[in-house]
Amino acid sequence: MTKLADAIIIGGGIHGCSTALHMCLAGMKPVLIEKDYAGRHASGVNAGGVRQLARHVAEIPLSIRSMGIWERIEELVDDSCGFESHGQVLVAENDAEFDACRARVAELNALGFTHEELIDGPELRRLVPAVAESCPGGVVSRRDGAAEPARTTTAIRRKAEALGATVREGVAATNIRKQDGLWRVDVGADSYAAPVLVNAAGAWAGRIAADLGEPVPVETVAPMLMITSRVPHFIDPVVILRGRKLSFKQFANGTVLIGGGHLATPDQDRNETVLDWRSLAISARTVFELFPVMRSATIVRAWAGIEARTKDELPVFGPSARHSGLYHQFGFSLHGFQLGPGAGAVMTELIASGGTQTRIGDLGIDRFHSSQP
Amino acid sequence: MNTTARHDSYDVVVIGAGPAGLAAATTAAEAGLSTLLLDENAGPGGQVWRAIASTPVRDRNHLGADYWAGSELVEEARSSGAEIIQRATVWSLDRNLEIGVSVGGASFFVKARRVILATGALERPFPIPGWTLPGVMTAGAAQTMLKSSGLVPSGPTVIAGQGPLLWLLAAQILRLGGRIDRILDTTERRNYLAALPHAFAFMTSRYFAKGLALMKQVRAKVPVVTGISELAAAGDGQLATVTYVSGGRRETVPAELLLLHQGVVPNVNLAMATGIEHRWDDLQLCWSPVLDRDGNTSVEGIAIAGDGAGIGGADAAIVRGRIAARAAVEALAPAAAARLAPMASFKASLVKAERGRIFLDTLFRPAPQFRIPSGDTIVCRCEEVSARDILDAVAIGATGPNQLKAYRRTGMGPCQGRLCGLTVTELMAQARGKSPQEIGYYRLRAPVKPITLAELAAVPKTEADVNAVVRG
Repeated sequence: MTKLADAIIIGGGIHGCSTALHMCLAGMKPVLIEKDYAGRHASGVNAGGVRQLARHVAEIPLSIRSMGIWERIEELVDDSCGFESHGQVLVAENDAEFDACRARVAELNALGFTHEELIDGPELRRLVPAVAESCPGGVVSRRDGAAEPARTTTAIRRKAEALGATVREGVAATNIRKQDGLWRVDVGADSYAAPVLVNAAGAWAGRIAADLGEPVPVETVAPMLMITSRVPHFIDPVVILRGRKLSFKQFANGTVLIGGGHLATPDQDRNETVLDWRSLAISARTVFELFPVMRSATIVRAWAGIEARTKDELPVFGPSARHSGLYHQFGFSLHGFQLGPGAGAVMTELIASGGTQTRIGDLGIDRFHSSQP
Repeated sequence: MNTTARHDSYDVVVIGAGPAGLAAATTAAEAGLSTLLLDENAGPGGQVWRAIASTPVRDRNHLGADYWAGSELVEEARSSGAEIIQRATVWSLDRNLEIGVSVGGASFFVKARRVILATGALERPFPIPGWTLPGVMTAGAAQTMLKSSGLVPSGPTVIAGQGPLLWLLAAQILRLGGRIDRILDTTERRNYLAALPHAFAFMTSRYFAKGLALMKQVRAKVPVVTGISELAAAGDGQLATVTYVSGGRRETVPAELLLLHQGVVPNVNLAMATGIEHRWDDLQLCWSPVLDRDGNTSVEGIAIAGDGAGIGGADAAIVRGRIAARAAVEALAPAAAARLAPMASFKASLVKAERGRIFLDTLFRPAPQFRIPSGDTIVCRCEEVSARDILDAVAIGATGPNQLKAYRRTGMGPCQGRLCGLTVTELMAQARGKSPQEIGYYRLRAPVKPITLAELAAVPKTEADVNAVVRG
């Protein structure tokens, strides 16, 4: 039997769940279809960074919009999501890197963005006392922070369901088609039909777009993370290195998350990743050099989540260039977690009102097709 | 002591030097394959023959003939040509057959054409009220102390639980002059009836007479209370009393030490982290790897032998080790396989070694109340999550162990669910009216044993760095 909905959302990551939630807040009744369970992949297992810092200019407006929602996330989903705002700091390890920081902040200021702030050595060491004396400074985004990713995605999903979204987990959406003016998908023995289809399928979204005649240069990647045992509290903000692949965050319970973008080998058909321990050893060495307090900490787990990375490392966000009623929300390229709440709100505005005040024009799918012969 | 492998790659890497691993490595090496045997302990032997090359317990009667039978297998392995590295912690294995190993505080990687996992068994969790109090420990931990250091309890001691190892440990403690005040037997009375149809096969196994003799020995010296239906440990920061119910009667006895044991389950940590498919075993109430007749897993090139393949005991483990190794030889060097005993003879030995196993599994199937806790009883000790906390999370939407992490940090602490995994699966299965197979298990990941940042960074170690490596 075919069930009618206001929108069909494919993908139960933070993006699909956030869009479902915001649709409910706007009075719509969406159905969300997730082949595994909400937050199973990148959205549930990422570093949890809530970061405006060091973003591409094209996605800064969406990131700022999202930050406002993060700051009242508990009010929105009845769960703190473990969100804490201790800032995020980009560390320059030498003068050349510090010069690049200075230029970047100047560029943002000229564009009217003020969230990134250049800091000198003393301020850097005030924020991150453990950092080496040789570091000349960096950039801070003081409202940034971190949240617990699985908890966040689950809480958003739960709230969406409580407000009337239908959430189907454990069975993939198949046979996606447009027929008689409606988008239709099969979910096991059921079919759903709706005037709107949102493709928020993460690492699987590229296939959906291609099947609908809108291929995008996108690959499946699996950034690796590791978490340590508890060590004495020594750092508040999230720390990112300007030059080397490392990000670093200590949770309130003392455990330390080490990331930075080294990649595992994904096997998305198996829902699996094979870790690259030699790269993780490089991260371990970097931490070992920078933070002696970490040397005897034990690594208790390493993992990687599967997600999509586009050729230009910017998301595909907005209406289809080919089909009416189809919207894309994927390809967040290792930095989509913070954007989730804002992207759901903006996507809902696009769908319910036909437009948004948030500048997203540079993120459209047409950017990949306009240059094609 | 060698602290790193001589080569970067081997035909066969065997992980674990218990009965299965020793037999597998010997078989592979004797057939001429380059073979590396990695073992975590100070010496070979695994749990059953722990410290066989070094134990201070010299009187052979104290540990029994079965223990000393291990020496022969150790000697064979040592002269087989297999390279053996002790104190080698294997913390990662992936489907490319790349193995992450740590020895003496530094890590290295080796590659294999075939891997045989012989990681043995772990004790089943026994989550009664008060099980996390100091003074409560597992029988296995007590046996480790006994074998390695000759240590036995001297204060008021209660042993509770069931199964062959429990009686063996009690007998060993008594022979070494240790103290046991009471044994509380949790075997369910109805299990005797259920096991009866399998009793004949068991009576023809060599474990039968041995088991009877052990129980007789112990009963002559220690009061044994059977039919225990409730059990709790209590004390203020330290075990003080053990309370139990038998036949409707509740009794509390003072104790400084409570040893708990209700059988062993396959140690699936490394196999699951590798991505090997497992299924819930409804008889043994645990996860077991899905294997073909030769012990091959769902991951090409990896086989599992010994209790890690499903609990079968030491005799079966030896044979399964030989079968897995012979299969590896057949695959890598078919001509060399002719030098080994035929597969059919191994299979016949296995049937013999496994005789009576169903009887033991049925008789010692632990009762639900000792596997599935309730109320304030701690389930996950790393993050102090109680049974009630988990049921509350289920009520608002947690569907399985991995989803539970979004509600509670269950399984996210230092042990990564290695201690609480079975309890969480069974508790959630009961709460949701589903089978454990449907509920699933924690998604385990490497490192399956904690390694220090320094070990992974492979930077020069200080003595303190090496000493800081405490394995969980």
